[in-house]
Order: sequence, then structure tokens, then C-alpha cells
Amino acid sequence: MALLEIRDVTVRYGGHVALREVTLGVEAGRVTGLIGPNGAGKTTLFNVLTGLLTPGAGRVLLDGEDVTRLAPYRRARRGMARTFQILELFGQLTALENVALATRLRRRTAAGERPDPGALLERVGLSAFADRRADTLPTGLGRRLELARALAVRPRVLLLDEPASGQDPDETAAFADLLGELADEGLAILLVEHDMTLVMRVCAHLYVLDFGTLMAEGDPASVRADPRVREAYLGTSTGTDPGTGTAGAGTLAR
Amino acid sequence: MHEFLVFTISGLTTAGIYAISASGLTLTYVTTGVFNIAHGATGMLAAFTYWQLAVAWGWPVPLALLFCVLVAAPLFGLLLERVVMRRLAGAPESTRLVVTVAVLVVLVSAAQWLWDPSTFRRTQGLFAGRGFEAGGILVPYNDVVVLGVAAAVAGGLWLLLHVSRAGVAMRARVDDPSLAILNGARPATSARLAWMIGTSLAALAGILIAPKLTMSAIPLTLLIVNAYAAAVIGRLRSLPMTFAGALVVGLAADYAIGYVPKISYGQQYLRGVLPVIPVLVLLVALLVLRASRLRGKPALAIREITPTPTWAGTGVFAAAVAFGAVIAATTLAKADLYSSTALWGLAIVGLSMVPLVGYAGRISLCQLSFAGIGAAVVSHAGGGSNPAALLAAAAVAAIVGAVVSLPALRLSGIYLALLTGAFAVALDNWIFQLPAFTVLGDQFALFTNGTLSVERFAVGPLDTTSDRAFFLTGAALFLAAVAVVVAVRRGELGQRLIAVKESPAAAATLGMNVRLTTLAVFTLSAALAGLGGGVYASAVRSTTPDAFSFFTGLTLLLIVVVAGVSSIGSGLAAGLLLGTAAVGSATGDDSARVTATVVGLAALALAANPNGLIPSVLRPAYEPVRRSPAVLAGSVGAITALWVLTLVDAVAPNVLPLGVLLVAVAAPLVARPLAGRAAATAGTEPAGRDEGLSGPLEWLGFDAPVGRADLDAIDARLALDTARLDTGPHLASGKTVGEARVGAA
Ligand SMILES: Nc1ncnc2c1ncn2[C@@H]1O[C@H](COP(=O)(O)OP(=O)(O)OP(=O)(O)O)[C@@H](O)[C@H]1O
Ligand SMILES: [Mg+2]
Repeated sequence: MALLEIRDVTVRYGGHVALREVTLGVEAGRVTGLIGPNGAGKTTLFNVLTGLLTPGAGRVLLDGEDVTRLAPYRRARRGMARTFQILELFGQLTALENVALATRLRRRTAAGERPDPGALLERVGLSAFADRRADTLPTGLGRRLELARALAVRPRVLLLDEPASGQDPDETAAFADLLGELADEGLAILLVEHDMTLVMRVCAHLYVLDFGTLMAEGDPASVRADPRVREAYLGTSTGTDPGTGTAGAGTLAR
Repeated sequence: MHEFLVFTISGLTTAGIYAISASGLTLTYVTTGVFNIAHGATGMLAAFTYWQLAVAWGWPVPLALLFCVLVAAPLFGLLLERVVMRRLAGAPESTRLVVTVAVLVVLVSAAQWLWDPSTFRRTQGLFAGRGFEAGGILVPYNDVVVLGVAAAVAGGLWLLLHVSRAGVAMRARVDDPSLAILNGARPATSARLAWMIGTSLAALAGILIAPKLTMSAIPLTLLIVNAYAAAVIGRLRSLPMTFAGALVVGLAADYAIGYVPKISYGQQYLRGVLPVIPVLVLLVALLVLRASRLRGKPALAIREITPTPTWAGTGVFAAAVAFGAVIAATTLAKADLYSSTALWGLAIVGLSMVPLVGYAGRISLCQLSFAGIGAAVVSHAGGGSNPAALLAAAAVAAIVGAVVSLPALRLSGIYLALLTGAFAVALDNWIFQLPAFTVLGDQFALFTNGTLSVERFAVGPLDTTSDRAFFLTGAALFLAAVAVVVAVRRGELGQRLIAVKESPAAAATLGMNVRLTTLAVFTLSAALAGLGGGVYASAVRSTTPDAFSFFTGLTLLLIVVVAGVSSIGSGLAAGLLLGTAAVGSATGDDSARVTATVVGLAALALAANPNGLIPSVLRPAYEPVRRSPAVLAGSVGAITALWVLTLVDAVAPNVLPLGVLLVAVAAPLVARPLAGRAAATAGTEPAGRDEGLSGPLEWLGFDAPVGRADLDAIDARLALDTARLDTGPHLASGKTVGEARVGAA
């Protein structure tokens, strides 16, 4: 059974339907990808999952329990953590303080020691920036800091919103390895990403969202082969194969 | 029945006026994202201008009315937009609110300069109170016209928003306030139009309501609270609901005027209840309002520069304060020392704003009211010199603070500001004026006959009855409060507060209970304010509710914010300006007004530099002094020498203050070149760090706006992903779009 599920979620902004009866599941121990063109509703879905947005209809289940009406902080304490597409760091605090604060906020029931903030920074390669104010970090480093901060709450489910944008190819490769490690440790990861190389490399399962509707799902190879996906992305069924890496973030971002 | 109809008619009229005012408030808020606390003050100014024209200069009434509403007010709105409000785009919400508070303070002071408050003035309702008979009731023409005008305003706004092009652009924001408020790109025309119309509506409401009250600046200004209540019922965005809200507030107010005097029991307690009606309405509205979405990180144009206070730095500050306090206590003349003892209590009240406004970014307009509660507690619990009364003052204020903040915790920061403002007004007008009442068998008079008397405390050998002893004790208490605030900022709570200010959304998704954290900081700051009030009351020994008025509270808030609300020194600044003889002796009887005017004007500049003077001017100037032992020792030595000479009467008493001033000016001038040389030899400054920028990185945006070239240089330095920047013309707007997605409101 999926650790995190949403069932028939619909979200409206005024007359605009941002999500229409979306159902998906995120399983522990692997990376699940969520892709789709700009404005498809990916970030909206994250907001619904984390409780920042209450859906007009539908349910969110964590470990089989209905958490749809639960406040964001309660969901976090049950093991959900996320990063933000537009950085939401605590800018006046240092990188280390950002992570340290998060370790103190982590769910109360979790057994074991508090994670070591220094070690977390090390894990994402930010040790050298521990004492820098977070708002002085460039975007790429800020994204890694958000990841460290999310890991600091010892989540069971990790939601990553475009974590690789602003990173160079080497950094992205290192990041892919890190994702693999985390999944092996048993985390359920939902990854929103425009960098198809990364998505194809790390994801075990993919969902494709387009104009708020779930259009396709399956393992990466079958999604890549799906003509409707190509059409949604490229406007035509001919063109660059989204999986070859020649069509990078720029193409997919339309 | 007859009576009921009379009250209903006058209630409908009042409602119509509130509706006019509240719709102006809502219109500017949704269009520009600025909640104009000064809306009522604008109406007050218009009412005075109308009085000047129609009564003092004898203009025909229609001409005066039309001139005020259709010419003067829109021009004033335009001026306001051009000079003040325009620069607020990209400023934090707390700054936006504080700047409108500054406008309020300036307008009230201006009105008091122009129209001497001690003269009695009155305007008449339209048609000089004449009316017609209907079913045995006299219906004043005035009321008919007011209702007609309110209906016309409603219709006019509907037409404007649905038919005209500019209006449709404005309505896009009315319909989606989360986009409206967060959207960095605000077409200047809608903003200008909104300020013009909003100001006109404020003016119209002010002129129409004036006959129901005396022409007095502060009561007219405080009518804003009624408009708040109506606007909150409209959820700060729906105009029809705002009109409905005005109906509730207006009818409730007039029925209260009509029926409360008829209640046979407890009349003396109810007499002041009228001003509390809108507060009650506001409370109910807040309780039924849906919880606000958690806000993401606002797209700020200016980065906050306040560093975390260090214990070493705090030690230096404490030493300087203690040194200064000892010098003042030993050299000031008796009368000056007495009038300066009030300094420390007010400094603690000012300091109470630091954790709340500075760290957590929440505005409270009622800190001085908490101080009033603290003063009352000390007066009653002091029982002759028991120092535990100060702790009781803090505890009671904390409890009241917690209860007051509860209804607003689910909601965004603006509602907390409104609630605290309404609470302060209610306390001002009602609670502090209450006669004696009995609680659990104890006779309890808050401000007995309008005056509180307090005994200074004594513990063992420490007797603080003399002014000198109390002055030094006050300094010690202030430093203790400073230690508390520094400890908070350096501890986990401080980091939580920063997190709540920077991004409630992120804090919550990491597992922080944002409401609880807000409650904690509000309670803490109320406790500090209560303590400050207790210390203040002990200092002055006898005090009246006036000392804790809403308006003085606003001045205090402005001083703290101008000085730099994240810096502990800002509390001291408030104490020095409001609690010593310095300002008074320079300006005579008008000192309160002078302070308010100057501080208000200074606060208007906040839009350009929300960080305040201490972090952006004072600290950089004195940093070299701190780092240069020679200059530091020289300064301290010079002042000590002067002090000793004064003590032994070797020099005239006024040499010391002049000497201190001279040292304060000279020390940074001497230290700067020294520090510069030291840095050059040590080579600590990384070379080329500020290359390509128009100034040092930390100071960008202070002396001059950040230019395109600077942004490019920074982008290049940070290797920002240009693909992302391409989605919007500026960094800021790209950010705002994303922020809306976080689900902020
Ligand atoms: N607060 C809001 N109010 C109104 N519409 C919104 C709001 N937030 C998002 N939308 C709209 O909802 C749709 C989905 O937005 P969302 O941010 O979820 O897309 P996304 O898939 O994350 O896109 P991107 O790849 O650009 O991040 C978009 O059309 C967007 O304009
Ligand atoms: Mg997105």
C-alpha cells in the first residue's frame, strides 16, 4: 500500500480548475516522479499534500489515515516534509541554524536521537556554508539547504519541488545519487522536476499531470513512449525524445 | 415602537456613513495591499477643513462639501500615493502598517497645530437639522441625504468596478486578493485611482459623521475602528459584505446609544460601553472568519540587516547604559532627575515590541494599553512597596495579552493589528475610565477617580523611594528586560520567531505550530509591557489613563520602529524621547505634539529603509569605535574625567552634557580612519567582493535605489539560473508568482 495517497482531489482558483480529480500514490523506498508542463498543477498538488491548501474535494491519506483536515504542522509531525519551488528559507538565520531549528521541530513520537545539523549539511555538501546567512546563498545552494532542512525533521515522506533547478550538471548528478540513497533508506519521495535526465534516472514510477488532470502514469520507459505525453510536452508527436537528455529543462519548461 | 423607529433611522444613517468609510478602506486595501490605519484620520482632516470653509469662512454648505470631497480629498489622496504609499511596494506588511500609523500620527498632530484643540467647534448636520414628518416621526433631511449618498456610493463603486476599464483592472484584484496583495507589479493607475477614491470616501464619511460628535481630532480619527469592524465583516475584500457589516455596526451603535441608558442596573459601568460596540462586532467577526492560509515568503525589496545580538555586544550596551545611568543619577538636578525616572518604564514598554514586531513581524497597537494594565496592577497590588507587584503586573498583562490575541491567531498578521488597535481604543474609552467595581469581594478601582497612585518598592536594604535610587533601579530593570529579550533571540524561541516572520508556510510544513509560537511571543511582549507600565507608574508615582492612551501608544510604536525594531536599543530610544525632560525642555508645553509630529514624519521615511536608524546608521558609525581600544578608552576616560569634575563642582553642570555630546560625535570620526587602516593591513576584507556594485553589498539600497546594473552584477555573482529569471521581468515579480502558489493569502 502506498504510504501517501491522494484520492480524487479537486482544487479551484475562482473559476480556474488547477487540479481535477487527481488520484495518486507515493510508495516507501523509491522515488516517484511527478512531471508536467508549467502550470499543470504540480505545486498546487504539493500544497494540498502538505495542508497549505484545502482541496475543494477529495482526500489525502498518510499511512492509510485521512489527514485531509489536519493542519500542516500536524502532518509534518506525522512524517511529511517538503522543499519549495521558490525558496522559503529563513533568510535571517544561518544555514546551520535553519537546519538546527528544523531538527527541534521534528515529530515528537520519532524514536532515536535528534539528527546532527552539521552532518545533514555535510550530506548535502554545504558544510562550508554553515555560518552563512541563508538569504545570501545562491539559489542552487539554497535548494540543497532546503533539502537538508526537510531531512532534519526525519520525514517518512519527502516532497521535492524542482530541487535540481539552479544546479549544474555535476551537482545534479551528485543529487541523483543522494536521492537514490535516501530512497534506499526507506523514504517515500515524490519528485517534481523539469530536468528529464534526472527524472528518468532516479524515478521508479512516474505520474504526468497536464492542465490539472492526471494524463499518464507508469514506469519511466512506458511514460516516455506514450504519444500523449509527447504531445503535451512538445505540441507534436515528433521531436526530441524527452528521455534522451537532449531536451533539457528549457524544452520542457516550454 | 416609536422610539425604536427613531433609533433605527439614526442607526441606518450611521451605518450609511460607516459603509462609505469602510468601502474606501477596503477599496484601497485590495487594490494596493496597504491597509490604511490613517483612513479615519483623513476623514478627520476633511471634517476640520469643511468646518473651516463652511463655518469659519462662511462658504455655502454645498460648495464647501463638494470642494472637500471632490477636489481637496482626491488631491490629498494623490499626494499620499505619490509621496508615501508608492514606495511601499515590496516593503514588509509590518512596515506598510506602521507607515500608515505614521500618516495617522502626522495628520492628527497637524490638525492639532492648525485647529487649537482647546477651542470648541461644531458642525451642523445638513439642512440645519430640519426634516419632515412621517407617521409621527421627524425624519431629518440630513439622514435621507446621507442614506441617498451611501446608496449612490454603492452604485458608483459597482459601476466603476464593473463597467470602467480601470475599475475592471482593480476588480481583478478585489476578486483575488492573494494575487492582489502579493503581486509586485501594481499598475500605478489603479493604485492612484484607488487612493483618490478611498480618500474621497474617507473625507465624505468624516464630514458626515462630524455633527454626531464634537469636532475633536482624536475621537474623529478613532472612528476608523468602526470602519475596521465593517471591513473585517467583508473579509477585507467583499464590498457588499462590507456594506452589510457597516449596517450591523451602525445599527448596533445607535441602538446602544438609545437603549443602554435605559438599563437600570450598573449604569455607571455601562456609560462608556458605546465605543466598545464596534470592538465586540470585530471580535465576533474575527471568530467566524475562516482561517487565513499560511503565508509564504514575501517578495521584499529590502533585506533585513539586523544581526543576532551577541552576549559580548549586549555587555557593551549594558555597560554603556549603566555608565550613563550612574552619571545621570549623580549629576542631574533634582527636578530633572524626577522627570527622567519615567524613562526606564517606557524603555521597557518600547523593548516589549522588539520580540513581537521586530523578530516575529507582528504588529501590536496596544502595548501601551498593557502598560496601563500593569500600572493599575502595581497600584493595587503594591500594598506599600512590595516589589512582587511588578511581577504581578507582568503576569496580569501576559494573561490579558494571551486572551486578546487568541481570536486573531488563526488569521494573518493584519487582523492581529486591527484587533489590538480596537482593544486599545476600548481600554482607552471604557475600561480605564470605569469607576470602582468589586471582584471577589475586593473593592477594585482601576484608575481611582482618574488617578492612580503608586508607592515605590523596597526590598530589604534596597529602598527605591528616592529618585536617585529609583532611577538606578529602573536602569537595572531595563537591563534585566534586555537580557530576557537577547536570551529569547539567541535561543530556540528567537529562531522560531524569525521563522514565523520569514515564512510561516515553511515553518508549518516543518512541524511548527505557528499559532502557538505567535501566542507565546504576544504573551511575552504583553508581559514585558505590563512590567514596563508598572515601572513607569512607580517612577511617576501618580498617573492618569491619558499616559496610556492609544495615540501615545502609536507614537511609542513609531519611535521604536524608526530606531530599528529588531534592535534592543530602540526601546531605550523610546524611553529617552518620551520619558525624559530633554524634549520637554526644548519645546515647552507642546512637547508631546512636537515629538509626535517629528516621529511621524521620520516614520514616513521607513518605506525607504524599514531597518531603522540603529542598524543602518548608528551601529555602522560606532562599530569602528568598538573595535578601536584606544578611541574607546579615550572616550570613556574623557567622560569619566568630566563626570568627576562635575561631581566636585569644578566645572559648571551643563559642561558634562556638552562634553558627552562632543565625545559621541568625535569618537566615530576619529575611529573610522584608524579602523580603516587596521583593516587594510590585516587584509580581512575579501578583495573585489563589491566589484561591479554601486556600493558595498550590505549597503545596497540604503543610500540609493538598487539599479539594474547592481541586480545584474549580483545575478552574475550568484550564478542565478537565468531560465527562471526569464519567467518574469524582475527577480521580485518572478518570486511573487511563486509565492501565490505556496498558497498565501
Ligand atoms: N494562488 C493562486 N491563485 C490563482 N491561481 C493560481 C494560484 N496558484 C496557482 N494558480 C494557477 O494554478 C495553476 C497551477 O499552478 P501550479 O503552480 O500548481 O503549477 P506547476 O505545475 O507547479 O507549474 P510550474 O512548473 O510552473 O511550477 C496555474 O495555472 C496557476 O496559474
Ligand atoms: Mg510549480
